[in-house]
Amino acid sequence: MSMDVKQTPARKVEHYVDPTPFNPAVAEEMTPEQERFYQASQWKIMWWKFKRHKIAVWSGVILILFYLCVPFAEQIAPYTANQRDSLHLYAPPQQVHFFHEGRFVGPFVYGMTSEIDMDTLQWVFKDDPNNVQRIRFLCRGADYKFWGMFTSNVHLFCPAKGGTLFLLGTDRLGRDQFSGLVYGARLSLTVGLVGVTISIVLGLFFGGIAGYFGGILDSMIQRMIEILRSLPELPLWMALSAALPVTWSPVWIYFGLTIILGLLDWPGLARAVRSKLLSLREEEYAKAAVLMGAKPGRVIGRHLLPGFTSHIIASATLSIPSMILGETALSYLNLGLRRPSVSWGVLLNEAQNISVVTVYPWLMAPVIPIIIVVLAFNFLGDGLRDAADPYK
Amino acid sequence: MLYYILRRILAMIPTLLVISLLTFFIIELPTGDYITNQIAALKAVGEESSIGKLEFLRKEFSLDRPFLERYLIWVGLWPGPHGLDGLLQGNWGWSFEFDKPVEEVIGPTLPLTVVLNFATILFVYVVSFPIGIYSATRQYSWGDYGFTFLGYIGLATPNFLLALILLYFFNRWFGLSVGGLMAPEYIDQPWSFDKAMSVLAHLIVPTIVIGTSGTAAMIRRLRANLLDELHKQYVTTGRAKGLKENQLLIKYPLRMAINPFIADIGNLIPSMVSGSVIVSVVMSLPTVGPVLLSALQSQDQFLSGFILLFVAVLTLIGMLISDLLLAVLDPRIRLGGRASS
Repeated sequence: MSMDVKQTPARKVEHYVDPTPFNPAVAEEMTPEQERFYQASQWKIMWWKFKRHKIAVWSGVILILFYLCVPFAEQIAPYTANQRDSLHLYAPPQQVHFFHEGRFVGPFVYGMTSEIDMDTLQWVFKDDPNNVQRIRFLCRGADYKFWGMFTSNVHLFCPAKGGTLFLLGTDRLGRDQFSGLVYGARLSLTVGLVGVTISIVLGLFFGGIAGYFGGILDSMIQRMIEILRSLPELPLWMALSAALPVTWSPVWIYFGLTIILGLLDWPGLARAVRSKLLSLREEEYAKAAVLMGAKPGRVIGRHLLPGFTSHIIASATLSIPSMILGETALSYLNLGLRRPSVSWGVLLNEAQNISVVTVYPWLMAPVIPIIIVVLAFNFLGDGLRDAADPYK
Repeated sequence: MLYYILRRILAMIPTLLVISLLTFFIIELPTGDYITNQIAALKAVGEESSIGKLEFLRKEFSLDRPFLERYLIWVGLWPGPHGLDGLLQGNWGWSFEFDKPVEEVIGPTLPLTVVLNFATILFVYVVSFPIGIYSATRQYSWGDYGFTFLGYIGLATPNFLLALILLYFFNRWFGLSVGGLMAPEYIDQPWSFDKAMSVLAHLIVPTIVIGTSGTAAMIRRLRANLLDELHKQYVTTGRAKGLKENQLLIKYPLRMAINPFIADIGNLIPSMVSGSVIVSVVMSLPTVGPVLLSALQSQDQFLSGFILLFVAVLTLIGMLISDLLLAVLDPRIRLGGRASS
């Protein structure tokens, strides 16, 4: 047709028509970037969005480093958690040096000499500048049972032979604080994960019922949530953990604690699940599933749940820190874990007496990892929450 | 308004009942009770003579009845050995550990507990309000960044650790004993101006410690709310019509932003009461916190039960106040019930 138009005599201003064949896809062609975005899965987009939140990403990296202590505590710590050194009670932290008298030696600590101060009747430890103790790496040190199964003695780093290496000092019984922190991470960091799992299960169950069925079940669960949320958590945690039988083994106490922590945390999650379900239930695909005869369990699990999994993960991440702090507070008050279990709260227990802390400030060392982990979880949770709704 | 207050207070009654049942259930969770444990201990030593007295006590406090009956007797809805004599009749129970009525054990600590908690709430309001406004109106300024950073630290530091750290540094820098209610030299002294000042000084630190995380959360909330409002059309319109910046801020966006602010304080109250319990233990303040801890450890059930209930009631009253404030501020809420029906 274009040929015909062109050949008619041009009396008026010629009506121009492009001779090249028309391609309808051209108008909607996307840049490669846009195409990538539209073809990517939901999780991939979330990951891209999450990556832009620099602090959250770094928090994630820090948390992974901390969580390495969970499986490999035995290898990372130079001592075992309950190993006592009766010659070094309340020994101060030993500083790591690199240069001895201007010469590079590599990482080493000075040996300590100890004497009794006759006025205060306390051990006084001093660096001995002639006693250079080089830190050994990938070495054989104290024996341990890896995961309670294999006996080994390989450590990431250990003190010089016959020397000591107390990076964060020792406590009342000469137990190394740094090793305690590494071992304590095992319980302190997992308490939150297990507790959150329990809280997610409860939250999904009650929130799911309330949101999906509505009606009287909904209002009953709503009342229950309101009441639970209006109660101060810590006194209840204290009362519940005081009810744990003293005769239980440490493992049972640990699980009892996680259940207690999870038991009071689910209302927030249930509320989020409920409101999400209420809105998603009205979506067409959900109605279609119901009309096709799917059972409630299938509709919730298969069609509605994927719509807000990301939200659940984000809000769960944000509630982990409060559980870690809960465990710490309870153990600090002697209501939670006890020796021989080691957690950061148990370690802080030594710092309960303020007059002891003023003389031996390094007993407060567990405060630092606790703050770092809690901050990191908060930032990570913020980042996840922002990324949870990728299409916004 | 009166109607609203009445309805709100009536709604508290079933909540209170459920809470009291829950509390009673929790304190009865440990196996046995204080008396049976005592009896077992006496039997182990072979001292059978004083068991009779304990058996009498068991009857006296109706510990031998079934759970629901014990609960009703405790609350005062069911006649016990002395007729209706429970919480509703003003009998708070008996502390086995101190061998005194609960009233006498915790009576002196109650006023301080209430004062401390309300001081904290006041502190959170007073501090977070101006800072939140400042951060929102001067977004991305150095002050804003500074407060945001401090806020994150405040949120992440658990209050009992903060108390511990502050105790340490105050002791180190000023040689000040921060723990306790007053400086040691005033204990057992008659009340004087100096003593009152000492008490006040000792209350400031715990108030700040308990209030930090709440303040941080409130600043974040107010900042976000206000920022949302500041970018709306009506603000631009007001500015275009020549309203002064301060006048504009107070008259319109602030009013909108303040609602969630007050509603949120209600949500924060439970965590603040929680905080006051543990901070009191750490700083050895004579509030109900330390008493609760020792009562739980020795399974002194009526004492711990009453404290748990008291703490819960305290949060409920706090939430009631925040709800009433909200109703004063926002007619939509106080009329909501009638308008929608």
